[in-house]
Amino acid sequence: MKYVEEYRDPEAVHKISEEIHRITRGSWNVMEVCGGQTHAIMKYGIEELLPKSITMLHGPGCPVCVTPVELIDKAIAIAAQPGVIFCSFGDMLRVPGTQRDLLAVKASGGDVRMVYSPLDALNIARECPYLQVVFFAIGFETTAPANAMAVYQARQYGIDNFSVLVSQVLIPPAIELLLNAPQTQISAFLAPGHVCSIIGYEAFESIAAQYHTPIVVTGFEPVDILSGILHCIQQLESGRAVVENQYSRAVQRQGNPAALKMMNEVYIVSDRKWRGIGFIPRSGLTLSDKYAAYDAERCFGAVSYSDEVATVCISGTILQGIKKPRDCPAFGNTCTPENPLGATMVSSEGACAAYYAYAAHM
Amino acid sequence: MKNPDPTFPSCPTPISRYDRIVMGHGGGGRLTHNLIDDIFIPAFNNSILRQLTDSAVLQVGEQRLAFTTDSYVVHPLFFPGGDIGSLAVNGTVNDLAMSGARPLYLSAGCILEEGLPLEDLKKIVDSMQRAAAAAKVQLVTGDTKVVDRGRGDGIYINTAGIGVIEHDLKIAPSQIQPGDAILLNGDIGRHGVAVMASRAGLSFETTIESDCAPLADLVLKLIDAGVEIHCLRDLTRGGLATALIELAASAQLGMELQEAAIPVREDVSGACEIMGFDPLYVANEGRLVCILPDAAVDQALKIMRAHPQGQGAALIGRVSAVENLRVILKNRIGTRRILDLLSGEQLPRIC
Repeated sequence: MKYVEEYRDPEAVHKISEEIHRITRGSWNVMEVCGGQTHAIMKYGIEELLPKSITMLHGPGCPVCVTPVELIDKAIAIAAQPGVIFCSFGDMLRVPGTQRDLLAVKASGGDVRMVYSPLDALNIARECPYLQVVFFAIGFETTAPANAMAVYQARQYGIDNFSVLVSQVLIPPAIELLLNAPQTQISAFLAPGHVCSIIGYEAFESIAAQYHTPIVVTGFEPVDILSGILHCIQQLESGRAVVENQYSRAVQRQGNPAALKMMNEVYIVSDRKWRGIGFIPRSGLTLSDKYAAYDAERCFGAVSYSDEVATVCISGTILQGIKKPRDCPAFGNTCTPENPLGATMVSSEGACAAYYAYAAHM
Repeated sequence: MKNPDPTFPSCPTPISRYDRIVMGHGGGGRLTHNLIDDIFIPAFNNSILRQLTDSAVLQVGEQRLAFTTDSYVVHPLFFPGGDIGSLAVNGTVNDLAMSGARPLYLSAGCILEEGLPLEDLKKIVDSMQRAAAAAKVQLVTGDTKVVDRGRGDGIYINTAGIGVIEHDLKIAPSQIQPGDAILLNGDIGRHGVAVMASRAGLSFETTIESDCAPLADLVLKLIDAGVEIHCLRDLTRGGLATALIELAASAQLGMELQEAAIPVREDVSGACEIMGFDPLYVANEGRLVCILPDAAVDQALKIMRAHPQGQGAALIGRVSAVENLRVILKNRIGTRRILDLLSGEQLPRIC
């Protein structure tokens, strides 16, 4: 497969790995922010290719994990109503609210549908004018333009039985929050390539300078991730802290102007609560007044967020790079892949599950 | 899910216990296992069922028989490379073949939905007959029921099958030995991709055809040639990974697979990239793994590659000697990844 295989090439991978080993002197903690990168690091066993003195921290970049439970409860309540078709991306269906998940709503007779695109949900609204079609608009900057496009088209074509339950979050404020944490141990960031293909990387330049922390825009294949790490280590070993772009085949400094224009048309920046972390100021998007009629919270009642920050949730601190899975008292005792207590233990590619497996057997 | 314990993590753990059936219970992963272990095994508890093999092996007088059943609810009814009819015959034939049996007779129960065009039914039945002839089985008994419109998906088919075991080999997970080789009869993932790509809601065009095919002849050729087979498993829902994880667990052994040796067609891996699926977990209907001693590998591969259902046969890994119950995939780049059961259905990821 062109444009993929060359970034999984064993020879290229080993060359970069050797170079990282050659230049590494200090001990460094590199955080990949995006869940897609965490997934790839686990899938390809990237940590096996790094010197012991480099630790990968797994960041908060999984939109499924950081969506607050109150919002999921709201989605479940809306989906359970008669006359509603509730549309969502696939992996959101299995995330539990306080009582149940969207799959259970579907099993109880709710019309819950998995879609690949918000525009598919809009088409369903077009085809079913007597039903309310609600799309769960979650994600980082990556999903925001397409979600915005669905709302824009709904208004343009007068499709009034369509609304979106918005849970859009933004990466740069989350990175700043992590760097502001007093216990922060992060030496450098791999910035998420997909997010940067939308917003570019200008926003990260001031962060890199202010916190003297290297940020490397990085792709998702093994060669990408290892090159991203190599760039970070080169900067750390030479005392530099700038933004570099490893993922230049997809990312430009100014981002994607058409996508940004669509986001600015439909959304305004707002405070958002992150599951496991708490409220982060100006860390999300909400529909602007012009598009408020398409806000599911307006049609079905607003989400009421509790003020409390996370309970004793080790995965919250893992997401912030403060703790590692082995720091958790439940890890390997009451929490195992067979009986997981947290999201990171559930999937074989989750951080805790991978740690468990490697600690036990390798 | 309600948990008053303040130390209970607030992070989103997928629910593994539901109080009613969800689609994931049919996915072949952890939820399906829960259903079997918690509901069916306790109810029908007997030594034959507890073996949980593709078909039950029954001693009737001097004769060993294989007996199996399977239900087919595929949507759409017609997909590139097959239809629900050919699937219903081949699936059951293959389950019999996995115990080394020669499939003989099938039954078919059809649940028809009001409104199904007779022309479609005729096409499906003709397809069943063609598949039966190709697999050298006879369809000897059947049943039809009709349900109201909206209470079925056009047609559901259940087939059961009987075969005879004409050799002395015991082909079962308990026979798997450390050091055994794992053979696969061809490229994986085609059936799942063909069906998913032809489903409504995915404006996705491919020329990928299902691998739906009968495997009994291939298996019997191996047995007739005296190949010492330890275990066979056809790869259906849940794909290669799920089949091997289940076998490793039954055998109480580990396995190590070489990713580079597992054939996946380029168009299949491309479609999986786009849909967010892992080909290792995607369904097949004409693929099997054959686990046998190292000494038998060359002969088995030669026989498989000379057979239409085994042209792409490959040695993909080995059973580990150590007591390590995990199935480990050695990546192309030389690192290792643990394969685990999916919790429910394979759901596309957001990013």
